[in-house]
Amino acid sequence: MTAKLAIVGDGDAILVFKAAGVAAFAANDEKQARDALRKAARDYQIIFITEELARMTGDFLKRFDEEPYPVVLPIPSADGDGSYGKETLKRAMERALGVDILFNK
Amino acid sequence: MARLNVNPTRMELKKLQARLNTAIRGHKLLKDKSDEMVRVFTVIIREDKALREKVESELSRVMKQFAVARSVTASYAAESAFAMPAVAVRAECGVESVMGVEVPKVELVKEGKGGLPYAFAEMTSEADYSVEMISALLPDLVQLAQTEKRVRMLAEEIERNKRRVNALEYVMIPQLEETIKYIKDKLSENERAAIVRMMKVKNKS
Repeated sequence: MTAKLAIVGDGDAILVFKAAGVAAFAANDEKQARDALRKAARDYQIIFITEELARMTGDFLKRFDEEPYPVVLPIPSADGDGSYGKETLKRAMERALGVDILFNK
Repeated sequence: MARLNVNPTRMELKKLQARLNTAIRGHKLLKDKSDEMVRVFTVIIREDKALREKVESELSRVMKQFAVARSVTASYAAESAFAMPAVAVRAECGVESVMGVEVPKVELVKEGKGGLPYAFAEMTSEADYSVEMISALLPDLVQLAQTEKRVRMLAEEIERNKRRVNALEYVMIPQLEETIKYIKDKLSENERAAIVRMMKVKNKS
């Protein structure tokens, strides 16, 4: 099976991905992000989403955790600090192990 | 612990004992599975953390580079320059089983010969670098997407499994044990009653 890549993001961040051959969906607020995700999830197996939008649509993204595909990955955008990815990682770790073995905070 | 609502008969006793044996065996197996899953999980999550740190620092460099490129180009020019990609990326995807959990397995396949979606004269060289960098980063990004998904799916499965283990250990097994004890008591009580009755009958005659 072949997978297609897509990115959901705001403004500038997605242009550079587009140049690299990733399908781009523009979204500037929560509602648009949801719509874009819904559309992208139908045809694309790997979806990158910028951090701010991922934070807004967190509950929606949880739905994708049940099935192997689509794979959704929050990525830090130009002015994000990359904390959302760490947070989700930490949450998963705490759920599974009950302790934090990576960040020790 | 509440005992089950069953008739105290030999038949029920036998059935319950079989169930208890199964429950104990299942509990042991699930516990082993849980231990192994936690081990696999720690391996994957460490891998994931290293990869994420690498990708994040690279990506922020790309974004900064691209921001520079954008700042020296008119926005309509940039948008039209980037509108049609020259390469198509595609990934081979399948599923793999990690501890009985179906997780995604993806690998990036690149098509086209690479290159930029615009003419050199159209854009500044900063844009070239950023496109090149993001193309180089894509395999890692896809890898990260895969690992992160695995982390989340495994975490969920571990939690579910833990609940099963606990349900067996603290509810099902004690319940069965108590019911079995109750039936045994009841049966021996009946036996004693029968003996006493016999003795009484014998004394009468």
